[in-house]
Amino acid sequence: MRRMTSFNVVSLTVGFAFLYIPMLILVIYSFNASKLVTVWGGFSTKWYGELMQNEAFLDAAWVTIKVGLISSTIATILGTMAAFVLVRSGRFFGRTLFSGMIYAPLVMPEVITGLSLLLLFISIGLPRGVTTIVLAHATFSMCYVSVVVSSRMASFDRSLEEAAYDLGCTGWDAFKSVTLPIIAPAVISGWLLAFTLSLDDLVIASFTAGPASTTLPIKIFSSVRLGVSPEINALSTIIIAIVTFGVITASITSKRAIVKQQREEQMADA
Amino acid sequence: MRRLLISIPYLWLLILFLVPFGIVLKIALSDVALSIPPYTPQLDLSDGWTGFRAFWAELDLENFWFLTEDDLYWKAYLSSLKIALIATFLTLLVGFPIAYGMANAPNHWRPTLMLLIILPFWTSFLIRVYAWIGILSNEGFLNQFLIWTGILAEPAKILNTDIAVYIGIVYTYLPFMVLPIYATLEKLDGTLLEAAEDLGCTRIQAFWSVTAPLSKPGIIAGCFLVFIPALGEFVIPSLLGGSDTLMIGKVLWEEFFSNRDWPVASAVAVILLLILVVPIILFQRNEQKQREAEQ
Repeated sequence: MRRMTSFNVVSLTVGFAFLYIPMLILVIYSFNASKLVTVWGGFSTKWYGELMQNEAFLDAAWVTIKVGLISSTIATILGTMAAFVLVRSGRFFGRTLFSGMIYAPLVMPEVITGLSLLLLFISIGLPRGVTTIVLAHATFSMCYVSVVVSSRMASFDRSLEEAAYDLGCTGWDAFKSVTLPIIAPAVISGWLLAFTLSLDDLVIASFTAGPASTTLPIKIFSSVRLGVSPEINALSTIIIAIVTFGVITASITSKRAIVKQQREEQMADA
Repeated sequence: MRRLLISIPYLWLLILFLVPFGIVLKIALSDVALSIPPYTPQLDLSDGWTGFRAFWAELDLENFWFLTEDDLYWKAYLSSLKIALIATFLTLLVGFPIAYGMANAPNHWRPTLMLLIILPFWTSFLIRVYAWIGILSNEGFLNQFLIWTGILAEPAKILNTDIAVYIGIVYTYLPFMVLPIYATLEKLDGTLLEAAEDLGCTRIQAFWSVTAPLSKPGIIAGCFLVFIPALGEFVIPSLLGGSDTLMIGKVLWEEFFSNRDWPVASAVAVILLLILVVPIILFQRNEQKQREAEQ
């Protein structure tokens, strides 16, 4: 018995207004000609121009993207392996410790993860820079990837793999032509999640970054501490636009994929 | 092959997750020193066993005693707990009606509503916190609005207070509360509500005797998902909170980066972890129970 009462309409409207108005204000005021962020001084795109000339921001953006791409790829490979171990490997020595280490980083405060990794890098004498941020990000995001992939694998029909073996596939062939296509959507969303987590991370990156490897969140944080600035608004607008575009595209593609799959299944049944 | 598959992620996590904790624990038991890195003793294995014994003998609980003596740390732990608890409750108050509305919305709306809840989660956390600085400051939009409507005569100080921290936590963690509650409400059997109303309940009575108890697992999951990260939060108190907003994540950060007192920062981390163990275990139990109930 679903009823759309006026209470429901009001709570949804107020709730979504609360979620979106702050971001909307941010976007609108990035086109403000005035340097004062709370007073409207006419339409202008000059802050975007200044942003494009700000070498420090561009460098930081490049470092962030590089770290994101490398760390999310490592995280996806390791996380998928870990998901296999969790779902398929049955009992082995130290299994409880293993699953504990997979789930613990999900609830660990970032300050602790960052601090502990920094202390590790210092005690083994690894100079801080892009490498250390990549290692740190790959470690915590592999756990997210393995959760996403293992939930997909739990509902996996293993007889498909067995059929592949019966038809003469080697282990790798069966993985490549049967297992991977089935878990691919989960692997891709795991990669996207890892990439976003890496782009977004301030705290762990602050602990593990060196002086020459500032990421965008570190840069934003240090300038935001001094107060609101229209340049940051412009940067935020660009990020919000990219994310919105990405999420909507991803959801439309995955919906299409589901519809296509359902159609194929129906045809197979018929 | 199987052994290789297990050992690669296993070793990775051992080296980059477990060993670092050992190091934190070790440094928490060390003394501050004016050296690089700024703590002593250093483990020097060139002396072999005697070196290890000398190292072991110098470790002590001094930093933990220090944490109990200086009331800054007590206050920081208590105020983190207080802020996280109140913020979790407020998030529930804001999140439940949204989840309820979503569960009652027509079927064809739901994917869009779901997307609208998830979208902010993918957007940068830092940017979402930053957005509130311009709204809550003295000349900000909220004050402008309140003065324009005549509710306030002069701007109220909201930014740099605990209220701003609450708003920040509710805003950024809202999806974590809404999604699990929505998941339980969506599965709720509507005929139970009909039965309750047939038996003479008013809609509000039916809500309290049917919907509320059945959505309990989702509410509990949502509360833990907000409470646990909120407790160690750093970005929100440091951008929206004032200098008197004490949260343990911020204290740890300042001990480490401003005071360069690594041993104390490590001791703070160890205690924060001990405090978190309880809610984390409770959360896992709740998840386990739910899984068993579904089977």
